[in-house]
Amino acid sequence: MNYKKTQACAVAALATALGATSLSAQELTIGLSSEPTAVDPHYHDLTPNNQLGMHIYSMLATPDANLMAQPELATSWEAEDDNTWVFKLREDVKFSDGTDFDASDVIFTFCRVMNNESAIGSTGSSVVSNFESVEAPDPYTLRIKTKQVEPIMPEMLAGVSILSDSIVEHDEITFDLENDCGVTGTWPSIDDFNVGEAAVGTGPFKLEKFSKGAEITLSRNETYFGKQPDWETVTFVPVPSDGPRLAGLLSGDYDMIESPAARDVAQIKENEAFEYVSTPSNRVIFLQMDIGRGDSPFITTEDGTNPFQDLRVRQAISMAIDRQAIVDRIMDGLARPAYQFIPDEMFGAIPSPAPMEYNPEKAKELLAEAGYPDGFKVTFHATNDRYINDSQIAQAVAQFLTRVGIETELDAMTRSMFFSRRSGREFSLSMGGWGSSEGGAASFLRQYALTTDDARGVGGSNYGDWSDPEFDAVVLEAISTVDDAKRSELLQQAEQMAVDKLGFIPLHFESTVWAYRKGLSYDGRADQFTLAYQVERDAE
Amino acid sequence: MLLYTLQRLLQSVAVLFAVSIAVFLAVYSVGNPVDLLINPEATQAERAAMIAKMGLDRPVWAQYLTFLGNALQGDMGVSFVHGIPALELIFSRMPATFELVVLALLLASAIGIPIGLWVGLRDGSRGARMVMTSSILGYSIPSFWKGMVLILIFAVWLNWLPASGRGDTVSLLGVPFSFLTLDGLSHLAMPVINLAIPNLALMIRLTAAGASEAVHQDYVLFARAKGVRSKRIIRRHILRNILIPIITVLGVEFGALIAFSTITETVFAWPGMGKLLITSIYQLDRPVVVAYVMLITFIFVVVNLLVDFAYAALDPRVKLVENM
Repeated sequence: MNYKKTQACAVAALATALGATSLSAQELTIGLSSEPTAVDPHYHDLTPNNQLGMHIYSMLATPDANLMAQPELATSWEAEDDNTWVFKLREDVKFSDGTDFDASDVIFTFCRVMNNESAIGSTGSSVVSNFESVEAPDPYTLRIKTKQVEPIMPEMLAGVSILSDSIVEHDEITFDLENDCGVTGTWPSIDDFNVGEAAVGTGPFKLEKFSKGAEITLSRNETYFGKQPDWETVTFVPVPSDGPRLAGLLSGDYDMIESPAARDVAQIKENEAFEYVSTPSNRVIFLQMDIGRGDSPFITTEDGTNPFQDLRVRQAISMAIDRQAIVDRIMDGLARPAYQFIPDEMFGAIPSPAPMEYNPEKAKELLAEAGYPDGFKVTFHATNDRYINDSQIAQAVAQFLTRVGIETELDAMTRSMFFSRRSGREFSLSMGGWGSSEGGAASFLRQYALTTDDARGVGGSNYGDWSDPEFDAVVLEAISTVDDAKRSELLQQAEQMAVDKLGFIPLHFESTVWAYRKGLSYDGRADQFTLAYQVERDAE
Repeated sequence: MLLYTLQRLLQSVAVLFAVSIAVFLAVYSVGNPVDLLINPEATQAERAAMIAKMGLDRPVWAQYLTFLGNALQGDMGVSFVHGIPALELIFSRMPATFELVVLALLLASAIGIPIGLWVGLRDGSRGARMVMTSSILGYSIPSFWKGMVLILIFAVWLNWLPASGRGDTVSLLGVPFSFLTLDGLSHLAMPVINLAIPNLALMIRLTAAGASEAVHQDYVLFARAKGVRSKRIIRRHILRNILIPIITVLGVEFGALIAFSTITETVFAWPGMGKLLITSIYQLDRPVVVAYVMLITFIFVVVNLLVDFAYAALDPRVKLVENM
């Protein structure tokens, strides 16, 4: 017994000693819910990768809370005409290796995203491939000419991290893609970034160590041109499972964690030693119906028709669902009902959309009017591991629909199966989610709601083939309009059409939650990023 | 002996081949990784380009043949998700799992075998019955639950041990290990205990069963009648005879834990191979899943071979003969 006691004491003493070091004032440890796959900011356009990138690199412009571009490495910009953009660059910026930042680094970055063998999908190349020419009349001015009109150029460039041209051997850098832009060495690979050699940026932090699966360590970049962060070193520890991540916070291993499970937030609320912040995100959860096909695989009706083709049926579905109940009971208030596809504050949103009514009686009437007095049968497909509480939400939706006579059977599955099957257009009714990006209202509308057009590259996710020529015309005009006021007006008009015609039924916007120990503060972000340099220590 | 080894190796190649087909098809049939990997805002052209780049537009048999061709040259493919070679990714995670498993099995046998002997020799006594009953508990409590309870007690309530992660590591011959630093050891403690408990129970039961049977064997009775000291009887006659099943089980457990300590690694966020496997399966990272399973099969084959050799060393009656 005695032996055990001494052992326990030794362990306790050891733990206290360790604890003391990790509590030193300028260190911050954050438990991440998903791990960045690489340090290379142009490798894969994913939230965890982008958020790590924002610590090490800066962009010409940075997205604000509503994803509108704000000056960062560029101090100002203007569109000289529909196809010409001029960016003025900051003159006081140094990279973490001490070299000066100028237009040559920006042009090098543009060339690199076009010479990026390992990249998954398009990471900046979709913006840059639209460039006709890029010139630097002086070292701090850039003139970009585009092939097609790109009204949201600053917002698009807010997603391209700027690298230093000192990471490769080169002659004079010019935007001459045919001749490797003047680069004479080999283009940096994903490994060069992971080991840190090529991870040279102008961001608030420098990469110390990236050890896959274990942790990522950053240290303050003393040459950063912006406000110095409160933290000397920051450690990110990826802990994808909710339970262990929360345990790590409660035991003091982490100062802060991303996305605690909704059911655990109550526990954090009661605990005096911790605080949390919940911020509505721009991710909308919505229903997508198979409208294009007359005979849809998962619908059974008496006359063999596809009821989703009738607007009244879609209205009935929307009315059958009590959005507020889902938000209050399933999401514990950590969401807000959606009456359009982007949050009201974003670019092109309807400023205050009319709430979508919950009225099961009226829903039954509408179904009867549409010729389905006895309802019909449908299988409803959803994920069970992708969105917050997705399987519970889907169960609730299935019950709401069944209550008005649409006999709904739920088939919830893991995301790896769901997304493959959905892009194979196998479903009749499915639940999806979409986090709108820099395009504001255009983001959802062009990807989901426009009629699929491979040549134009729009409507790629319109799996239900909803198609409305009038609507298409408005959106297509909007996405090639440079004038902000006019574009916003067109997008609002399109958003209203989408809501009226209910090609998709919005349910709610997810909220993102961060939990942290007392003594810290963080203003949550709609883009769901966890940025250590925005975590502040309370004044003591 | 040499022929026997060769024959075993040939068998292993056949096993590896069969496993590769099964895994390849299984991962292929779940879904298309592109749908998980690609930015949802990608245009149709970008999506098609990516599918072509990853070779996923080709029929499954063609993809398999390419894989097989590369695999024969030691190239197991590049991870879809991480963009680095799958084997490199797996090997970088191996030391973490390895030290976890070795420590857990050492702990389990160092405590389990003596206790098991004690129980076996006092068959039927109250103490022995108590140990046997609690050992059932030891391996029937689910690992994830036990892990969470450990975390709750030692990390959240008592605040003695860190809840997750690997802590400081020290490089030994270029490989990072945790067990050489205090911080690393404190991180290791809970996952090792979590992994050791069911094995401890197993060791106790195996040793106890073997010992209680051996005690009544003629050679033990004879030795006793001859007046051999009881310590020597236990060491030379009983223990040596019951070690064969124990080593077999240890071998199998070692392989199984290296491959599938997934739950423990997930609960304690231990950056080992099991955690890699689970994330790779969720992300349909086929090169990693296939390389992983192939590697594990290989390890199992080797471990079993070593176990067979160990038999021969322990028991002179066992001969390693090739069957023609």
